[in-house]
Amino acid sequence: MSIAGSWYLVLAAILFGIGSLGLLIRRNVLVMFMCIELMLNAANLTFVTFSRVLGDIGGQAEVFFVLVVAAAEVVAGLGIVVAIFRRRSTAIADDISSMKG
Amino acid sequence: MLHAASLMLAFPLAGFGVLVFFGRRLGERISAIVGTVAIALSFVAAAVTFLGLMHETHRVFTQTLFNWIPVGSLQVKVALLVDPLSITMCLFITFVSALIHLYSAGYMHGDRDVTKFYVYLNLFVASMLVLVLGNNLLLTFVGWEGVGVCSYWLVSYYFDRDAAASAGKKAFVYNRIGDVGLLLAMFLIFSKVGSLDYLTIFSHTSAFSSLAVTMAVLALMLAAAGKSAQIPLFNWLPDAMEGPTPVSALIHAATMVTAGVYLLCRMNPLLALSPNARLVIAVIGGATAFVAATVATSQNDIKKVLAFSTVSQIGYMIMAVGSGAYVAAIFLMVCHAFYKALLFLGAGSVIHGLHEEQDIKRMGALRKLMPWTFITFLIGWLSIAGVPPFASFWSKGDVLDNVYRRYPALWVLGLVTALLTAYYMSRLFYLTFTGKARFSEVAPDGRPAIKTPHESPWTMRIPLVVLAVCTLGIGAIDLPWMHSVNLNHFLEPVFESRLYEPHESNALLVLLAAVDAVVAIIGVLVAWFLWRRTTERPALERSFFKNVWYWDAFYDTILGRPAQSFATFCHDVVDRKVIDGAVNGIAGVAVRGSRVLRRVQTGQVRQYALILLAGVVALLVFVLTRVL
Repeated sequence: MSIAGSWYLVLAAILFGIGSLGLLIRRNVLVMFMCIELMLNAANLTFVTFSRVLGDIGGQAEVFFVLVVAAAEVVAGLGIVVAIFRRRSTAIADDISSMKG
Repeated sequence: MLHAASLMLAFPLAGFGVLVFFGRRLGERISAIVGTVAIALSFVAAAVTFLGLMHETHRVFTQTLFNWIPVGSLQVKVALLVDPLSITMCLFITFVSALIHLYSAGYMHGDRDVTKFYVYLNLFVASMLVLVLGNNLLLTFVGWEGVGVCSYWLVSYYFDRDAAASAGKKAFVYNRIGDVGLLLAMFLIFSKVGSLDYLTIFSHTSAFSSLAVTMAVLALMLAAAGKSAQIPLFNWLPDAMEGPTPVSALIHAATMVTAGVYLLCRMNPLLALSPNARLVIAVIGGATAFVAATVATSQNDIKKVLAFSTVSQIGYMIMAVGSGAYVAAIFLMVCHAFYKALLFLGAGSVIHGLHEEQDIKRMGALRKLMPWTFITFLIGWLSIAGVPPFASFWSKGDVLDNVYRRYPALWVLGLVTALLTAYYMSRLFYLTFTGKARFSEVAPDGRPAIKTPHESPWTMRIPLVVLAVCTLGIGAIDLPWMHSVNLNHFLEPVFESRLYEPHESNALLVLLAAVDAVVAIIGVLVAWFLWRRTTERPALERSFFKNVWYWDAFYDTILGRPAQSFATFCHDVVDRKVIDGAVNGIAGVAVRGSRVLRRVQTGQVRQYALILLAGVVALLVFVLTRVL
């Protein structure tokens, strides 16, 4: 049984929406990271969907790049979070505003 | 033998090179020996060249060393013009300089950087020789500038003293003004003749219009006024006394100030074409001689008196040049080189013996304490005063005779100056060597008494004695009744028929000589009556003369202060307001703009994310409305 591609796209849009909403309203940095991951994976889902629909393997190959970049981003991001946490013992994004101009 | 001419230049330059590169390692003593020997060898070379020249009949030779500037029609060679005039100059320059070098060994002993001193001295003499020997105006100009820069270094030798530093600057700036004259003369001559070689210029004098030649000669006179310290540029020379005394002797006697007179004598074929310019030259010379002589009567610094006497004597030479009496000018220059070097070195000996005291009001009675200095200074004094049969009686007499023929009014001025010369030199002599020993008392301004005046060491005494002997004999090189065999005859190839020939009867010449002698003796006697016992005569030491006719104050008022207020204006308004204002204004705009824009940077990550999202949405909306 095959499901139409549009469902996947709708799911991806919903996931992206949840992710972006979470990024905006949650204050814990870790949760914000998870939301970013959610958005990235929503994008991955669209890639895969279009790849299937259009019969082009390029979209699926692109996903691997996104996964690698996401992994690298998490490594760097979590490193920063740990460093901040050590110094301030907080992971609340709103408390961290030392870059204020 | 004429090839020794290039050696004349080579020795001082070699001495300079050795001292520049190895001077510090050689130490004070060896440096002094190297410096002195270099100049002494240069004198030997000059003497050899002179002897070679004596045997020739034509007596004008050019020795090309190398091609210097070959540019189109401008071909300048480094070549030496060996002729009676340049060799006469070289002989006394190297001889007197060598003695001054020797004297410096004693005078500068223990000073902080004697090696550097000898570096400058050697370069100074080398520059002067380049000036004199150069066969074209450009090479002369090289020497001319070299002399200027060396005088700057040497005058401000004690550069940590404020007065010395500013005296050096003053000498430099006054000389620059004169240099403009020489440059203008060169441009003018090149545009007319197309060459800067002396001999080429002299064979193309017909290329000049009478206006051009007058302009050229006046420009040359400006150059001479700068270098030879004539009105209106004479003020630097007395200030140049801030240098060590041997430097004063070198500047005043052998090098530097004679350069202007030399230049005018060298260019005599041009001078011959412009009687008007010659009159200007004679008037400037006469006026300078008189003004400087009046000033010298009221100075208390032993070196200042001598400095103004130099200005006055050079004035005589310039007056002689203006009268067409070139040989008389050269004759006086040679005599002056000897007796002025003698007087300066004697003054240096006095200053040295009195531990740097220069005020003649604090001297006196040095006759017994410094017998060598006394005897030699006595000879120098009688020579410059024009007492027969000493040097200046013959040389200055020769000048005055020639001036009498051309410009009787200037002759009167010259005679008054001669009287003043005898008077101020005698005043200097009496106050220094006779009367009471005032240095052993505490000065009115609180300076302590000087306990132990001493005679100078042998390195200083030998030059004094040699110069004194030469001064006694030097007047004989151009005795009036021997014109056919002496200096006059020797210099004939240079001046040819342009010399003013005497037409007067012998009776008139004897009468003029008698007048000179009487004037000189009156001057000496008047000073003897006035200054033998007394040290203060305010009526005879007017502040007008003490302050050099307020000449410096005049320049300060018309040039110095306006320039200063213009500079202050530039600093306060142009620099502070306009330039700084523009720079600070631009920076201010950036600062104020950033102050507004910084509010955007809140440091809140979620806010940035919101803005980002809003941007994405806006883009999406924009794209979709276009597409759909």
